[in-house]
Amino acid sequence: MYIDVDNQKTYIATGSREHVEGNLGMTFIHGTAMDHTVWTLAGRHFARKGLNIHALDLPGHGRSEGSVIDTIEGMADWVIQALDATQQEKTIIVGHSMGSLVAFDVAARYPDRITTLVMVGTSIPMPVGEVLLNSARDDLHVAKEMVNFWSHSKSAHLGGSQVPGTWMIGKLQRLLERSGPGVIYNDLKACQDYTSGIERSSDIKSPTLLILGEDDFMTPVRNSKSLAENIPQSRTVMLPNCGHAIVNEAPNEMLDAIATVV
Amino acid sequence: MAKVKTFEFDTLSNHAGHRPDKETGSRAVPIYQTASYVFRDSDAGAAMFNIERGGHVYSRISNPTTAVLEERISALEGGVGAVATSSGQAAVYNAIATLVDQGGHIVASYALYGGTHNLLEYTLPRFGITTTFVDPNDIEGFKNAIKPETRLIFGETVANPKTEVFNIPEISKIAHDHEIPLVIDSTTTTPYLMKPFDLGADIVVHSATKFLSGHGTTMAGLIVDGGTFDWEATNKFPQMTDKYEGFHNLSFTEEFGPAAFISRVRNEAARDFGSCLAPHSAFLVLNGTETLSVRMDKHISNTNQVVEYLDQNDMVDWVSHPNLTNHPNHDLAKELLPKGSTAVFSFGIKGGREIGQVFIDRLDLFSNLANIGDAKSLVIHPASTTHQRMSVEALEEAGISEGLIRLSIGIESVDDLIEDLENGFRAAAKALKK
Repeated sequence: MYIDVDNQKTYIATGSREHVEGNLGMTFIHGTAMDHTVWTLAGRHFARKGLNIHALDLPGHGRSEGSVIDTIEGMADWVIQALDATQQEKTIIVGHSMGSLVAFDVAARYPDRITTLVMVGTSIPMPVGEVLLNSARDDLHVAKEMVNFWSHSKSAHLGGSQVPGTWMIGKLQRLLERSGPGVIYNDLKACQDYTSGIERSSDIKSPTLLILGEDDFMTPVRNSKSLAENIPQSRTVMLPNCGHAIVNEAPNEMLDAIATVV
Repeated sequence: MAKVKTFEFDTLSNHAGHRPDKETGSRAVPIYQTASYVFRDSDAGAAMFNIERGGHVYSRISNPTTAVLEERISALEGGVGAVATSSGQAAVYNAIATLVDQGGHIVASYALYGGTHNLLEYTLPRFGITTTFVDPNDIEGFKNAIKPETRLIFGETVANPKTEVFNIPEISKIAHDHEIPLVIDSTTTTPYLMKPFDLGADIVVHSATKFLSGHGTTMAGLIVDGGTFDWEATNKFPQMTDKYEGFHNLSFTEEFGPAAFISRVRNEAARDFGSCLAPHSAFLVLNGTETLSVRMDKHISNTNQVVEYLDQNDMVDWVSHPNLTNHPNHDLAKELLPKGSTAVFSFGIKGGREIGQVFIDRLDLFSNLANIGDAKSLVIHPASTTHQRMSVEALEEAGISEGLIRLSIGIESVDDLIEDLENGFRAAAKALKK
């Protein structure tokens, strides 16, 4: 469904179910140059469980209008506007990759709005390689290939999708190719620049779940340790044989892990 | 400039879609000969039915062995996903039925496999779907044939039996200018010789019975989604964009993005039409894919020599193969099919139908049967067999004359194949003199 956020037409996937007044909200935030479709399975699941699902397309992504926001903090502020627009006083917030930084920042700066934080495929800081960033800045197609390549574990490059008949590499590549000019650079740069986040870890008041892929090349597990150590109520689920694109590679394990905190 | 090094064709053709079995360590893809799958618990069962989890519910919809094949062909084609079907014909039908409603219209090349021609010309009109056939070399003809109710353009990469090469780059532009997809039957070329998505096609269908399985053992088909067509740029495809009452008001484009089409195929066509591929058949096709490039190279090198032999044979009126400079698509084939165009082609024998029958009956290695793409060489007389239901006019339009003989060149020793053909021509020459 579409809502108005900051005078911009904004898309929210609801897990194919109508929201029920009074039910708890669950907000999903996608990663770099992606959109709400990465949350389809999880969104449908928790919608059936009675949560009001808000799988957002950030401004300039997917079906949402508007210009991209160039900082994680700015995206977090926008998410709060989206929560206000949908009358969500409190929400469970789930983010993947860049979206996990946005979710983290919301939970750190607006702790009263968040009941539970779930960070999927994450690390703080989230550095981006120079070659990738330069390719993205120049809007080269290879930047999308690099993100796709490094987002998947080595084994995922040979397939084995949990969703029958899906070629994960092809699907994510096409999704990235749908992003508009400059989007991938904007998002990668925002991740790169979010360096102060770790200092906000102790501000997180909500129970926090980190879902990490053991074979994550984009946000290697070693970079996630300080996050796990600094967030007061955090727990980590480590997925073996899984890369950064957990939403693609291990949707079932991700869903099971999230279900433990919902 | 930076470059991403991904797995190459021969690695994907052997491995894509499969991880060695965790329980047994089985290196080969196991054959999951089961109709259904035990749910972890009741809630997991409900989740599977509501597309909340990946996995299998019932083998009409998906099966672990078949899913490996679907992924593998998607990987080789460069698509987002695939659905396997019980035959190539089922793949063509299910792809069309997913996109075209009653009252819809198709623009198709007239150079098509006889079975596809039957479907478009005779059967689909019963359900209110009509087709305009166009000369595949008449690019403007495709544009002119498009009507407001046209929902797709259909063609074959290299047609059987006259080897017309479909100009995917040009015709895909026409399709996209009219906000309709180009559906390509890539049976004769396989992803080894051509990747239609790279040239502009949106959906690829295969009869995997042919070169993909490669041994004449298995009926199978595949529908592959390129994931590039923008279904939402037009209001022509409500089945993709609107809420689908048949699945709790699911909108396929909203929920599955680039995989909208193939998700609709699985959740409607596979579910409701039921033309699923048996897991054992999927296993046999998977075995075929492992040697695809090796076989295709041999098919092509043998074909090159046989075409040359036929072209110089006094008993042959004409040979239709893109290798030859007099073929209307010789240059196009060189551009689109640099590794070789096809191992299925035709020639005209002097003396017409009766002499052709003498020729065919004298062959020992070439088997007279209705198939192509076997490792073994095959021969047939299309006018009296595969294309017999076409009218005289349609046969003429498709360039299928009474004396036309179709060959599918196998991977035997080429000297033996040429000797076999030589024996056939000797008998034919003798009969011609009588």
